[in-house]
Amino acid sequence: MTTPISISLTVNGERVEAQVSPRINLVDFIRHQIGLTGSHVGCEHGVCGACTIRVDGAIVRGCLMLAAQADGTDVTTIEGLSDSGDAADLQAAFVARNALQCGFCTPGMLLTATEYLESGGTADRDSIREFISGNYCRCTGYQAIVDAIEQVASQRGRPSK
Amino acid sequence: MTDVSETLAAPIGVSVPRPGIERFTAGRGRYIDDLLLPRMAHIAFLRSPYAHARIKSIDSAAAAALPGVIRIFTAGDLEGVVTPWEAVISNLPGIKSAPQFPMAKERATWQGEVVAAVVAQSRAQAEDAADAIAVDWEELPPLTDMVTALDPATPVLHPDLGDNLCFRMDIDAGDAPGRIAGADIVVEESFRIHRQTVVPLEPRGLIADFNPGDGILTVHHSSQVPHIMQAVFARHFGVEEHRIRVIVPDVGGSFGLKIHVFGDEMTTIAVSKILGRPIKFIADRLESFTGDVHCRDHIVKAKIGMMSDGRIVGLEVDDLTGIGPYSVYPRSSGVEAMLVAIFSGSTYDLKDYKATARVVFQNKAPMCQLRGVGMPIACSVTEGMVDLVARKGGLDPVEVRRKNLIPDDAYPYETAAGMPFEGLSFQSSLEELVRIMDYDALCKERDAKREQDIYLGIGVSIYCEGTSPSPLVYGVGGAPITAQDACTVKLEPSGAVSAAVGVTDQGQGAAAILTQIIASAVGVPMDSVSMTLGDTGRTPYGGGTWASRATGIAGEAALRAGRTLRENLLKIAGALLQLSPDDLDIREGEILQRSDGSVRMTLAELGRIVHFQGTGLPIEGDPGVVATGHFSLRDAMFMYTNGAIGSLVQLDPDTGFIKPLKLWAVDDCGRPINPMLVDEQLRGGLANAVGCSLFEELSYDDDGQLQNGTLVDYLLPMAGEMPDMEIAHMATPTKKSFLGAKGVGEAGIIGGPGAILNAVNDALSPFGVHVTEQPYTPERILAALGRV
Repeated sequence: MTTPISISLTVNGERVEAQVSPRINLVDFIRHQIGLTGSHVGCEHGVCGACTIRVDGAIVRGCLMLAAQADGTDVTTIEGLSDSGDAADLQAAFVARNALQCGFCTPGMLLTATEYLESGGTADRDSIREFISGNYCRCTGYQAIVDAIEQVASQRGRPSK
Repeated sequence: MTDVSETLAAPIGVSVPRPGIERFTAGRGRYIDDLLLPRMAHIAFLRSPYAHARIKSIDSAAAAALPGVIRIFTAGDLEGVVTPWEAVISNLPGIKSAPQFPMAKERATWQGEVVAAVVAQSRAQAEDAADAIAVDWEELPPLTDMVTALDPATPVLHPDLGDNLCFRMDIDAGDAPGRIAGADIVVEESFRIHRQTVVPLEPRGLIADFNPGDGILTVHHSSQVPHIMQAVFARHFGVEEHRIRVIVPDVGGSFGLKIHVFGDEMTTIAVSKILGRPIKFIADRLESFTGDVHCRDHIVKAKIGMMSDGRIVGLEVDDLTGIGPYSVYPRSSGVEAMLVAIFSGSTYDLKDYKATARVVFQNKAPMCQLRGVGMPIACSVTEGMVDLVARKGGLDPVEVRRKNLIPDDAYPYETAAGMPFEGLSFQSSLEELVRIMDYDALCKERDAKREQDIYLGIGVSIYCEGTSPSPLVYGVGGAPITAQDACTVKLEPSGAVSAAVGVTDQGQGAAAILTQIIASAVGVPMDSVSMTLGDTGRTPYGGGTWASRATGIAGEAALRAGRTLRENLLKIAGALLQLSPDDLDIREGEILQRSDGSVRMTLAELGRIVHFQGTGLPIEGDPGVVATGHFSLRDAMFMYTNGAIGSLVQLDPDTGFIKPLKLWAVDDCGRPINPMLVDEQLRGGLANAVGCSLFEELSYDDDGQLQNGTLVDYLLPMAGEMPDMEIAHMATPTKKSFLGAKGVGEAGIIGGPGAILNAVNDALSPFGVHVTEQPYTPERILAALGRV
């Protein structure tokens, strides 16, 4: 049960071959074995959303998926999303609007917001609030985050209907 | 509104984005759990499963044999390494507590107290071994009901203390009982405010690194208070203060949590000292619920008297609060109750006021000061009582406030409890709130909707916040908690300005605010300023960031440092240019001649000359290019601020659900340095207010077992539950500093709950009922409505 498992996956475009403990979850693997510490651990029981990671194009809770399950997948973390430039407008809006304070929820929030925008989400504030309601922020009260996502949705040509 | 924008140059007063926060959006922040050190080992704890139990024996043999385990520690192993602490401060007369050890010695006194520690090569291995430690427990009767804690029949938790009373405070100004007895309308009510905790998204954590080679203890600490922790560690680990360095990385939220002393953290340091290697402790979420400190847990009985014309004539408040088994080090757990006593009623022109606060021990997690510190209770109770008496008297709650608030022209003003208010704006803040809410129209809309069985509720609250504390709060009582801060600024050879200051930034934006102040004071662009915070080895001694003090105290220190540096640079430039310093100005990093505005030299040129070619400069007094400013409030407990909050909620009488529809805030924090950041502090605080009003309650059973210690069960507001929040400002700068800025970090959590309480009760008013037990859950609403 404790015999390491070999996995092979792509993380932020780089191929990774690793031996993982069967019980290590994806976010611990990403953080401590690969050294990508932008994904955070806030609760380890799937509630807070700080560990949000994109696996094969869809966001998941990095604490609720085992690293072994990521064998053969294509993983994108906040570092990869940031370096790709795909979320540059969203990141800029977060900074300009002060849509982050301590920054601990921010990587997960950005991955969730990116999925919202890339799946056709509009600038409708209630829809934004609904979509990001799996990501806790304890600092901002969310309004600035909603403002930033709303602004980017409008800029991307998807105003509130 | 006072126009404060004229006297201090931009970027003071400008809503600029915080410099450098792109690292957070790029996933390049660096928090405590992101750090790795050579030879680092991990620690995990076995915690008491019982609220109160004797430890008959601990068998760790099987655990010690598990893979990866380096060593297992129990209380006895730390003897001689760390001394116990006792959280009493002499400015709270009579406060008592028992000596507390990092790990339970012979007896555990709350569910979650540390009993044993495992050091292993990985955290997972340490947790495996902690699970394998066998403890032979003898359960003891738990003390969980604070109402009976002082009864003679109740067993005393710490027999040496004589009883279960930690602290008591009494205020008796004027003749409140007599005035209330003679009032036309009297309301007597009891409020229950349940236990909460602040849940920063990043749990507590540290890496303790004692180096036996040089005897230096370095602690990388997710903390708000590096210098305070340096002093605490020196006291208890027998290491001289100057051989301790506390370094604070990025901190993922704190809200007052990361200023206290915790047994698990002290054990981690002791173990590092014993093993001579770095030890990392990162609390997981589940152990945080019983290992962090909690807040609130009050029962407040209040009595208010009003004349039929709306004049409030007297207020009595009797607060009882349970703080767990120990007063929390080093601040003590008496300050929350003290602030309930001195802040209740403090917004009103009231001479007849009586308060009692009693703080009792219990077998629950320790309770101590977290964001708001007693003031949310004072505000909720006062504002709840004002609404109840207004309703009973058939008066509009805003009208009653208009009649009773301390007038804006009454300053200086001393409250019944003795707080010296320098200058506040209760009246104009209320009028501004009424304006931005469009209060009268909103009331009409509410009344019209009720005809359609839609139950809206409108609530208003007035608050006073104590910010930027002086030594009178902790320091004079003997706690190693400085109220002073200093800021050092330097002109670098490149012409850039580097600054170091003893406060920290957990996201509030202290670094940005201080950068703005220094840029303004010296006359350089913000991107020429670099800030160093949160490192006892690199910054001047300072108090850290708590009690909304970073801007009011460290901001003033930064302003003074920046002004001195500017004066010095002008003297040097004058000598070089053979002009009087008075004829020169510094703007955007350039030295201008005032007469024609021409650029005479840049600070980069001046920096180069001073650092590399400065021989024989004919400068009187030899002004340096390093300057330090410092500041402490001295003559009052706090820089007081004020404001008003408005709340609109909708009640569903069938389900008992309360939906917050809108919040408004008018805050007066003096001179706003960055209005956007002021707004965001208010919004964040208001989100806390929604949480504690509607969702957050740590629920204990009669055995002292926490019933909801997960994020699934302890509910926090999510984006879908939060309404939009409209913010407006008044500005009454303090005259105690040149900067004129006070604090704002706790305003939302202080004023918000009272406004939400009043909105909920306004929505319930057509049914003739009201609630006073927070949070106002569907179950409690339905019970009030008689539907469950």
